[in-house]
Amino acid sequence: MRRPWGRVAWHVGVLALLAIVLYPIVWVAAATFKPSEAIVGSLQLLPTAPTLANYERVFEGVVGVGVGRFFWNSAVLAVLSVVGTVASSALAAYAFARLRFRGRTVLFAIMIATLLLPFHVLIIPQYVVFQNLDLIDTYVPLLAGKFLASEAFFVFLIVQFIRQLPRELDESAKIDGAGHWTVFWHIILPLCRPALITTAIFTFIWSWNDFFGPLIYLSTPDKYPLPLALQLFIDETTGSDFGALMAMSMLALVPVILFFLFFQRFLVEGVSTSGLKG
Amino acid sequence: MSRATIAPDRRAEVAVDRGPGPRRRTRLPGDGLAGYLFLSPWIIGIVLLTLGPMATSLYLSFTDYDLFNTPTWIGLENYQRMFTDARWLRSVQVTAIYVALAVPIKLVAALAVAMLLNSKRAGQGFYRAAFYGPSLIGGSVGVAIVWKMMFSDDSVVDQLLLRFGIDTGGWAGNPDFSLMMLVLLATWQLGAPMVIFLAGLKQVPRELYEAAEVDGAGRARRFWSITLPMISPVLFFNLLLETINAFQVFTSAYVVGGPNGQPAGSTLFYTIYLFDRGFGDYRMGYASAMAWMLLLGVGLVTVFLFRTARGWVFYSGDSGDKR
Repeated sequence: MRRPWGRVAWHVGVLALLAIVLYPIVWVAAATFKPSEAIVGSLQLLPTAPTLANYERVFEGVVGVGVGRFFWNSAVLAVLSVVGTVASSALAAYAFARLRFRGRTVLFAIMIATLLLPFHVLIIPQYVVFQNLDLIDTYVPLLAGKFLASEAFFVFLIVQFIRQLPRELDESAKIDGAGHWTVFWHIILPLCRPALITTAIFTFIWSWNDFFGPLIYLSTPDKYPLPLALQLFIDETTGSDFGALMAMSMLALVPVILFFLFFQRFLVEGVSTSGLKG
Repeated sequence: MSRATIAPDRRAEVAVDRGPGPRRRTRLPGDGLAGYLFLSPWIIGIVLLTLGPMATSLYLSFTDYDLFNTPTWIGLENYQRMFTDARWLRSVQVTAIYVALAVPIKLVAALAVAMLLNSKRAGQGFYRAAFYGPSLIGGSVGVAIVWKMMFSDDSVVDQLLLRFGIDTGGWAGNPDFSLMMLVLLATWQLGAPMVIFLAGLKQVPRELYEAAEVDGAGRARRFWSITLPMISPVLFFNLLLETINAFQVFTSAYVVGGPNGQPAGSTLFYTIYLFDRGFGDYRMGYASAMAWMLLLGVGLVTVFLFRTARGWVFYSGDSGDKR
């Protein structure tokens, strides 16, 4: 701490550790430019003869569906998830944080309890319900919960955020004749932006990476989002075309990595204040 | 909640408000309707997607149900059958070993990195973000595929270990190592608990360390006597969260081991077996019973953690207020 050597040693140590942590990502990125034979059994990190063949193969698609289609599906699911989650969670959070009504305490306790509930308890009956409604192989089962504030984490996060906003703000607006909707829309929402952004980023990334929901509910390949397409790709190529598999894995990660680079400040702070999971 | 704290605001409002009922705006009836309106999406969700399904799932767990014929009541049979089902017992074992390994290893690693990063140095923000990165992508299918490749026979890790004379024959295909490979994948995602640890470490008053140093306490002593007790609430929070999460691992295990927990059932996680029973061979009743046993298991572990927490989690005045 006092000596400059200590500082240098610290940086060297942290960077070495970081190299180990980031190695897998760099390795995949490099591997996507190698011919398949050069990936397995080689310790070499950088490709000796860089090639784009892997990406070309990926763009040919899987089972006759182009890779662009999978990206589009993932994007549609992610964007609708974000819209639904942010809107419904903010509404619920405003009610819990600012309105007094009968049963609020009990409902709030139920909301908190759902944080701890393993979703396995719900999937089978939910599946049965959606099957009876003839909604299997549509996006409805994957999105319904998003529009109904089912992710208690986010409701809780926004509640905590609203609670620390000064009450005088909405009280004085009400004295000026503003209704709840006006207070919510013009005062609370703009002030909640950090919490809403955190919610939006996490929802996007979770939706983008979600595998289990689509695995259960979707059966037509041209409706598949990327994670399912990847799994399909393994089955198709029986996992032997390593180069293409890596290239597709990498492509699927690109939006998440970009999101992360743009929003990492919000993300890291959002996690430390709310205990959100990655 | 307490009337005393909101009384001053209300008085101010009553004084200004010239509307029909002076207290109307903050009293129950007015807020009531608005409250339920704002909450309506959540209420619909909790009834249709949570409470309803929970009741149904509990009912189904006492039935034989294949998704196509009407469920037939069989009482406790599903629950009894589990204890003679070798694969169920296997899945409990795999999950228990995984939780017992992954949670402590990940938390120790996360705390170590957090302590390393808990000093004012150039590049702090960059380092924090970089270590956090894997937490975000770690749950994706892409990463699981990559992981499997890195750890398969003749792969990078295998070759590296061979140089040191260790022959594992590839972790992915070796039942003795496949679970450890998934533990490593979990540890790799240490970013989320690390960031929470960092927030906790920042709360520890510096004077405590200075005083201890004056008293001649060494590094280890300061860690055990100051750092650990002071961050114990955060440690507990992370422990709880990671444990609950570890019970529910699915994507990486499915990608690595498929629906049968290959190789040789070594990655037959509870959730994998539940999925295979329910959506593989449509034993929905059995799968529902399994889900409730999982809830019971997670519940018991949570209660156990809360019980032991009384002995080692310390809430000092300052940090207690923060939560």
